[in-house]
Amino acid sequence: MSNTTTIAGRQFRSYFNGAAAYIVISIVMLALGILFWKTFFLYGKSSVREMFRWLSLILVFATPAVSMGLLAEEKRTGTIELLITMPVKDSEVILGKYFGVLGLYLVTLLLTIPYPLSVSSLGHLDWGTVFSGYIGLFLWGAAMLATGLMASSFTENQLVAFFVGLAINFTLWLIGPMLQLLPTEFASIFQWLSFDFHFERMQRGVIAVRDVIYFLSITAIGLAVAFRSLESRRWS
Amino acid sequence: MSDLMIEALNLTKRYGAVKALDDVSFEVKRGEVLGFLGPNGAGKTTTMKILTCFIAPTEGTARVNGIDVFEDSIGVRQAIGYLPESTPLYTEMMVSEYLDFVARMRGFRGGDISKRIEAVVDQAALGSVFQQEIRALSKGYRQRVGIAQALIHEPPLLILDEPLSGLDPNQAAEMRQLITHLGKERTVILSTHNLAEVQTTCSRVLIIASGRLVADDTPDELRERAGKPAFEASFLAEGEAGKKARDTLGALPGVAEVKKLDQTSGEVRFLVTGRGSDDLRAAIFRAAVAADLVLVGLERRGENLEDVFRDLTTGDAPKVEAKVAKKKAADKKKTAGDKKAADDKKAASDEQAKKAADAEAKNSSATDTDDEEPGGADQGDDESAA
Repeated sequence: MSNTTTIAGRQFRSYFNGAAAYIVISIVMLALGILFWKTFFLYGKSSVREMFRWLSLILVFATPAVSMGLLAEEKRTGTIELLITMPVKDSEVILGKYFGVLGLYLVTLLLTIPYPLSVSSLGHLDWGTVFSGYIGLFLWGAAMLATGLMASSFTENQLVAFFVGLAINFTLWLIGPMLQLLPTEFASIFQWLSFDFHFERMQRGVIAVRDVIYFLSITAIGLAVAFRSLESRRWS
Repeated sequence: MSDLMIEALNLTKRYGAVKALDDVSFEVKRGEVLGFLGPNGAGKTTTMKILTCFIAPTEGTARVNGIDVFEDSIGVRQAIGYLPESTPLYTEMMVSEYLDFVARMRGFRGGDISKRIEAVVDQAALGSVFQQEIRALSKGYRQRVGIAQALIHEPPLLILDEPLSGLDPNQAAEMRQLITHLGKERTVILSTHNLAEVQTTCSRVLIIASGRLVADDTPDELRERAGKPAFEASFLAEGEAGKKARDTLGALPGVAEVKKLDQTSGEVRFLVTGRGSDDLRAAIFRAAVAADLVLVGLERRGENLEDVFRDLTTGDAPKVEAKVAKKKAADKKKTAGDKKAADDKKAASDEQAKKAADAEAKNSSATDTDDEEPGGADQGDDESAA
């Protein structure tokens, strides 16, 4: 476990040692600011539902941008070799990397808290739905970072990792809005796969086990595949 | 504790159809500084990656410090300090941050971290760049950071993959000195394709070519293997000097072959190859005087490791196998302390060589992965019979 923390700490700090963290956070905040406030006064409702909605889409693009380098860059530069030849388990490497990027994501989420705070100063805000919405958003981001880490484990090329991650995330996000266009006989399956279906309830203030399971399954699958992929270097 | 630091047992590594390592076995004793030599792509790095548990062998296994790489790979990794090729470091970190990270990964906590960092910074002379970002450092300093991180847990075994490549001569000299110093207290394996490095820093040399082990010697033994001594003799070219010299030299006892190198207006040069290891210069001089030849130049041909290296690593596989077999047979005889039966030895080694060559020829016709020629087996025989 201590190895995991050490790797996570290094990964987290490496984002802030370079420009990566600042650029990504700035873009996320800028995009969110424009998209959210543009329509906020039009609706005239003191709610942050729209913020969650936009943020869930922005994260579809932002998470692969921060996860693409996790393993791909280490493989390209060869640092993975030094990391793995230390007395550390492959699972600790994967979890360490994952928690490192998750830390960056948490910081980003925390930076959006001024939004609900401002909204609540304009009118009555239901903090219960804000709380459950954040839980949902956190789980959604956590799942996409896991698929991003998985994508990063497949290649040495960060750009490839980015687009693979983006494709997976965007598909999950897009199934909801596209549901009418998909074959009806599989509708329930598609519905279950769609991000919207699970996030919707959380936005309304309901934290249901099956929705949590949805996000956690994606996370678990992403991490497990990344682990296998890292392990496969030994036998290939 | 066994006195073996490394036992590599029949290591084979296949990448798809390509055999990167082919049945490589060797042992390294504690305290040895082992040079791992071979052309690029010969399998040096693959072997090191197996020993450090980065990859697993397709067949065979290895024990480091008595621990099997399959049974307890974490235990193996604890015993090794490793510097991979081209020194991959987290360049966005400062030297201090990086060493702190490595110390933590190696299990140090609290005050021990700074104690160990201090020690390796001292050993690798990193004091002046301690608070600099690694990306700002010269190649020489990066290499030292690489060495420092490998030393942080005081491992009994240090594995360095091409530690001197890419360094300028001053940096290389410093690094060589550092490695020699480190080798006094621990086992060191370093890979290189530079022969001078091996001659100055290593106590033993393994040569690997096309995934096979082709030599296992001390640098001195290796030089001896450069072959039978050869001498270059030049005579004044007057009258029938050329023919007379050839006959005279050929008649000398202990001369295996006389080859005319060239004839310029004033001199004629011959290359005289001896049968044994004796220095033939005195005999050549006396014979020339007796035959009334004017000897204007006589020198022993310098053999160096590069010739041996080229000889060992550019031959086809069977030839190479034959050499190893020959060496093994020779070793056996040596340990038996049997000196008089030099002929027996040769016969035995020839037989071994032939067997190995035949087996190889069979293999090569069965598998098509190596670039062996069918004619190789014959060459193998020639080689060992010479």
